[in-house]
This record gives sequence, structure tokens and C-alpha cells, in this order.
Amino acid sequence: MKALQITNLKKTYKSGLQALKGISLEVNEGDFFALLGPNGAGKSTTIGIVTSLVNKTDGKVNIFGLDIDSHSVQAKSLIGVAPQEINFSQFENPLEILLNQAGYYGINRKTAYGRAEKYLGNMGLWEKRNEPSRTLSGGLKRRLMIARALIHEPKLLILDEPTAGVDVELRRSMWDFLIEINKQGTTIVLTTHYLEEAEKLCKNIAIIDKGNIIENTSIKSILSKLDIETFFFDLRHAQSTPPVINGYDYHMLDGSTLQVDISKQQGINNLFSQLSEQGIEVLSMRNKSNRLEELFINLLKENKTDSQV
Amino acid sequence: MNTSQYFTAFRTIVIKEVSRFARIWIQTILPPAVSMTLYFVIFGSLIGPRIGQMDGFNYIQYIAPGIIMMSIINSSYANVVSSFFGAKFQRHIEEMLVAPIPNIIILSGYITGGIARGMMVGLVVTLVALFFTELHIEHPLIVVTVVLLTSTLFSLAGFINGIFARKFDDIAIIPSFVLTPLIYLGGVFYSINLLPEFWQTVSRLNPIFYMVNAFRYGMLGVSDINIQSAFTIILIFTVALFSLCLYLLNKGVGIKT
Ligand SMILES: Nc1ncnc2c1ncn2[C@@H]1O[C@H](COP(=O)(O)OP(=O)(O)OP(=O)(O)O)[C@@H](O)[C@H]1O
Ligand SMILES: [Mg+2]
Repeated sequence: MKALQITNLKKTYKSGLQALKGISLEVNEGDFFALLGPNGAGKSTTIGIVTSLVNKTDGKVNIFGLDIDSHSVQAKSLIGVAPQEINFSQFENPLEILLNQAGYYGINRKTAYGRAEKYLGNMGLWEKRNEPSRTLSGGLKRRLMIARALIHEPKLLILDEPTAGVDVELRRSMWDFLIEINKQGTTIVLTTHYLEEAEKLCKNIAIIDKGNIIENTSIKSILSKLDIETFFFDLRHAQSTPPVINGYDYHMLDGSTLQVDISKQQGINNLFSQLSEQGIEVLSMRNKSNRLEELFINLLKENKTDSQV
Repeated sequence: MNTSQYFTAFRTIVIKEVSRFARIWIQTILPPAVSMTLYFVIFGSLIGPRIGQMDGFNYIQYIAPGIIMMSIINSSYANVVSSFFGAKFQRHIEEMLVAPIPNIIILSGYITGGIARGMMVGLVVTLVALFFTELHIEHPLIVVTVVLLTSTLFSLAGFINGIFARKFDDIAIIPSFVLTPLIYLGGVFYSINLLPEFWQTVSRLNPIFYMVNAFRYGMLGVSDINIQSAFTIILIFTVALFSLCLYLLNKGVGIKT
């Protein structure tokens, strides 16, 4: 079963800007899916259309097989969304916000109260349930929107940059929480600019750029595409002359930092033996950056040159 | 969603709307009570006795129904326009738009909130009126029906204003430049029989004229017009505006990009 199926979706805003140029996308039930792309790529526009907040220009969207036009009520009841921008009343408190949202889904007060306690608790907001929401910190506001998205226990959870502005510790606990509810069967689609987050959480990704999907694949296969990786080696003693290493592309960043490009076929053992032979001691090594990030940048570069042709 | 779930959704919107205006009663209930008191003092007690009788009633008795009606119209309109525009402005209207609530329930919820505030204010102003004059109710059923229909109609009008409004100016312009003139020229303070033929005809184009007269008929038993045609006209306006609101909501005008 496809939790989400988008077919040839187009969106032209009134300004004339074509935000989506005909994207197609499928998310399987149970998937943990990341929608990636630079600012202005069209991620939030896509989410807006899926959640009935933005009118589409053309195309189809199905939620668990239900067309959002012809079966709008049933389709909506399966989705929970935490949007990118704050969109709750600044004058209401977190508990009211959750209870009202539950009411909109037809959930009675008693059940709603229990769930509000659970999800506000999960998001560390139960102690603040009676404080005006405008007084919450930025990160807590984001978490309030996630709790609100969960109140009707949706089968498809859509999170538009859920961890933007959330501190490191909380981000990790949020990840654990999302992994847990995904395991319990909730399909999750999220957008993020932290590629580490996508790598850690998601099974499949789509990269969207300028209203087109330029990559749609599994995290595994996209990482395996990445043939060459750049490593840094921190050396114990500063070198006055660069070491001689055969078969590798390398240079010294400074006296004690060596940068080497290593392809999958080459492996790393040979490099170490050559260094030891020259009496060079390696203290530590690290990746240049997140591997996905490099790949991401490359894909966007390719897309730029493609569109110039 | 089944019927009882739809009802839960409807009730949630209504409770939210009513607690909104109840919480800020100093802005929503008190001002009409104060300004209508001034009307009664100035037009009723001070100037009224010099005007003498109108259609066989003291002037203060004659204008009381119109003044109550005026406060109901203003309050129901103001409630829906400010609440709906506020929800748009702060974007929490999206909470309802993503939820499985048919638009007719969203609309009915807001309208019920407007009716509740209209009735609440109408009641308070009626109590104020009782300090100045005796009020007796000739046709209670007509009074109730007219109040319901009028507050519904102006809640709908406020809703349309809220849909099209883009900034706070837009929710102040219509009440000042359209609603207030229509109310003052709708026969709140005079019987149109006092007007020249031409202006009588013009007055008949004003929907508020029918509401004020139907309400006055319910209270005093006198009216400038036939009561059936007044009801017909109010009903037609209500149905027309309800359909228009629903159409605009379904298209997402002013709320979806
Ligand atoms: N209401 C609107 N009216 C006109 N143009 C819009 C509107 N909303 C978005 N856009 C434009 O559509 C394009 C896609 O925007 P969108 O918000 O979907 O991007 P995004 O991928 O979510 O970006 P970000 O990572 O910054 O959130 C952008 O060029 C944006 O300026
Ligand atoms: Mg976005």
C-alpha cells in the first residue's frame, strides 16, 4: 500500500512563480521518508498541497489510495502535519490547542485529554500545558506542533523541518521518539536541512530542486554511489616536507594535517602501511564532511549545469 | 467521520468561539452596553420628549427595538469578522483546514459563535433599555425568529468580510462605511413614513430596514411594512449569503494560496 502517492503535481502561484513543475513521488506504508532540497525548492509547497492548505494547479495526490479531491474528509483524517511556520493561536495554551485539534477530528474530550497528556509529555510540554503558547521558546513551539500533529494518531505523519531550532539533546530524543512511532507503524515524511538527520532516520529520500525531483532513491543506494571520500589525518609530528604516498590523491593542509581522497576500491590499509614505513604516526582521522552532504551538493551542481543547457 | 464526530467538531468550534468573546468581554460585551446607554439617554430621555409620539408610542419606546437590533447586527458581524480574520492572520485557521471537517461545519461553527455574541449583547442592551422605558413584547416568536435570522445574516456578512480581508484596515472599513450608514438609514430612529416618496423607495432597498421593522413589529406590533415580505426578504438574503460563504470556502478564496 502506498501511504502517499503524488502524480505529476504542478503548482503555479498567483505571482506566476512555478513552484512545482510536475513532480511524482511514492511513499510506501511504514516508510520513513525524507524530502530534501535547498531553500525555495518546493518542499513546503508539496506538503501544503498534500495537507489541503495549498490549492494545486494540476496533478493528483492519493493518501492510502484515497484521492484528496474526491475523498478529502477520509484522506485528511489519516494525515497529521507539523508545518514549517508556527500556526497555532498565540493566546491559547498547549492543552487547549491539543484538545481543540482533537475536537476537529471528532475525538471526544476524555480520549483527547489522555492523548494530550501522552503527547505533550512525550514532547516535554506537559508542565507547560497551561502557559500561553506565545511564551514558549522557539524549540518548544515546534514540539507543540508535533504533539498537535499526533493527537489523532495519524497513519501518515508529515513534518516540515521538525528539528529546526531544536537543541542537540532534544533533537536526539526527538529522533528516538520518531524512530519508535515509525516502528509502531506510522509512516513518516519529513523535510530537513540536516542531512545527518535524514541519514540517521530515513530509509528513502527524494531530492527536490527548483520544482523538480532530481533524485528519488534509498539512503543505502545513494550512499553507495558515493565512490570517493575525503579523509583528514592528524599527524603526531609536524612534517617539514610532505610524505610520499603512491597511488593516492593527497596533499598537506598544514604541517600536521594530511588530506587524502580515497576511492572504495583502494581501501585504506595500503595508505597506513606507507605512512608507517616513513615513520609517520597518525593520531586520528575524520571524514571531510557528512557524506550525504557532499553528494547532495554534487547533485544540485549537476542540476544547475543541466538546466543551463 | 460519523455524525457524532461531526457534532464533536462543530461543538469544539462553537465553544472556542464563545469562550473567545467571553474572555475578552470588556472589548466585546461592555462597549455596546455603554454606547447604547448613551443613545437611550440622549435620544430617549433628553430629545425624545420634544419629538413626541411616533406611530402611537413614546419616542424612546419607538427607538428601543431599533437600538437593540443595531447592537445585535454590529456584534454578530464584529464577532465573526474579527475571529475569522484573526485565525487567518495568525494562521491557526489551518488547524481546521487540515482536519477532516466539511466546510459547512466550519462555517456553521463560526456563525453560531456570531449568533451567540449577537444574542448576548442584545440581551444586555435590552436590560439597559429596561432602565429607561417599559418594554412589552407583542409577538415573542417573531422577536426570537428575527433576532436569530438577523444575527445569522450579519455573522455571514462578517464571514465574507473576513475571507476577503488582507489587513486589519479591511475589517474596519466595511463596518464604518457600509454597515453603519445602512443601520442609521434603516429606520432605527424614524418611521419612513416621515420621508419623501423617493427616499421611502430607496429605504426599501436596505435589508436592515426590514429587520428593524420586523423586530419592531414583534415588540410593539407596529411596522412600516408587511411582516411576511420582511421575513421573505431576510430569508432570501440569509440563504444567498450562506451559499456564497460556502462557495468561497470551498474554493479557498482568501485562505489558500
Ligand atoms: N504563497 C506564495 N506565493 C508565491 N510564491 C510562493 C508562496 N509560497 C512559496 N512560494 C515560492 O515557491 C517556491 C517554493 O517555496 P517552498 O516554500 O515550497 O520552498 P521550500 O522547499 O519549502 O523551501 P525552504 O527550505 O526554505 O522551506 C519559492 O520560490 C517560494 O518563494
Ligand atoms: Mg519549506
